[in-house]
Amino acid sequence: MAAAKPQIGGYILEHLTFLTNKPQTSLVNFTVIDYDTVFFSVLLAVLFAGSFYWVARRASGSVNSAPRGFQSFVEMIVEWVDSQVRDVYHGTNRLIAPLALTIFCWVYLFNFMDLVPVDLLPDLAKTVGLAHLKVVPSTDLNGVFGLSLTVFLLTIFYSIKVKGPLGFLGELTLHPFSSKNKLVQALFVPVNFVLESVTLLARPVSLALRLFGNIFAGEMIFVLLALLTLEHSYAGLASLSGWGLMFLQALLTFVWGVFHLLIITIQAFIFMVLTIVYLAMAHEHH
Amino acid sequence: MHVNLTLVIQMAVFAVLIWFTMKFVWPMILGPMQERERRIAQGLAAAGKGEEELERARASAESILREARERAGVIVEQAQRGATEILDHARSAATQEGQRLVAAAHEQIEFDAARAKEQLRQQVGAIAVAAAAKLLEREIDARAHEALLSEFAAQL
Repeated sequence: MAAAKPQIGGYILEHLTFLTNKPQTSLVNFTVIDYDTVFFSVLLAVLFAGSFYWVARRASGSVNSAPRGFQSFVEMIVEWVDSQVRDVYHGTNRLIAPLALTIFCWVYLFNFMDLVPVDLLPDLAKTVGLAHLKVVPSTDLNGVFGLSLTVFLLTIFYSIKVKGPLGFLGELTLHPFSSKNKLVQALFVPVNFVLESVTLLARPVSLALRLFGNIFAGEMIFVLLALLTLEHSYAGLASLSGWGLMFLQALLTFVWGVFHLLIITIQAFIFMVLTIVYLAMAHEHH
Repeated sequence: MHVNLTLVIQMAVFAVLIWFTMKFVWPMILGPMQERERRIAQGLAAAGKGEEELERARASAESILREARERAGVIVEQAQRGATEILDHARSAATQEGQRLVAAAHEQIEFDAARAKEQLRQQVGAIAVAAAAKLLEREIDARAHEALLSEFAAQL
């Protein structure tokens, strides 16, 4: 058992290592690229944009005929996202709904990569000489922060655009404590600023880390379930306990996969709804 | 746990994806959907109106039919009455004509009979005169005895 431990540790580590141009030693290093995250993000982006564009082309040419198959499916998603946006935001900004659709679909596809058997794509990658491959972009901090920071920047942009720079500053400094007395108000400004800044900055962080945490944990469970038969490999099939372990792993992986299907949908949904809420708040005057 | 260039690339890809969705996907799916929704609503409204109109047309057709049937009944009744009238009229006219013809025939017969009687009387008179002349062996002056003869004939 003691001899097996490095093997287990190595296996887990393998699943936590990105395919990079060079090893990253510090927390932040902007000369390093995660090729796998970029590759799968772009691949899924193309999948989303391509399939929806295909439907869009068909939809615009078939107003008089009933939608069928994939077109119905896409229209259902679009209508659902539209109703979600309408529930929260009542303005005229034409960016929010497409943004929400993009986020929901893209994040869902990110998360869905988690349901691909954990070793399938990394093992395939090994056959062409790639040492590591992490296939789930939402288990990469860069991947999730890339989304949440973009949403954050859009929030700031629309806050300033709608309320003006002074209005935005006022929002940061005149709440939650305010007073009629000018002197007291002046004293409140730094306090308010600290509080509101934390609130503001906590949004992209929590948005990203909530998604990251859920999907990372889910992936970890799959990896740990794979450990059940790791030590024995095919040799385990010679004994009854080996078959038992394999059966147990298959069963647990299936059960967790079904449960995870719910999680990935909910996480994509939460990311979308919070994005809508943040952008709707950016358009609200106090 | 690391932050690197991937973050920037991810943001750029995301921005492009948002732009693409906003430009080519969202309006081109939702627009036709709303258009289709509008047309379906229109179609349903038109169907409702058509049904209403059909109902109205059916009602009016029924009333027209009923009216026509009533009028046809009246016309048939009138025609029957007219036919009966004509028949009665013709029958009475024929009866009258018959009676007239019978009367005329009677008259003719009477007239003929009277004329025959007259002729017979004249001839009898003539025969009687001739017989008397033969008996008397002398010519009776027909002119002189005409009054006597016609009186005689009238007595026959």
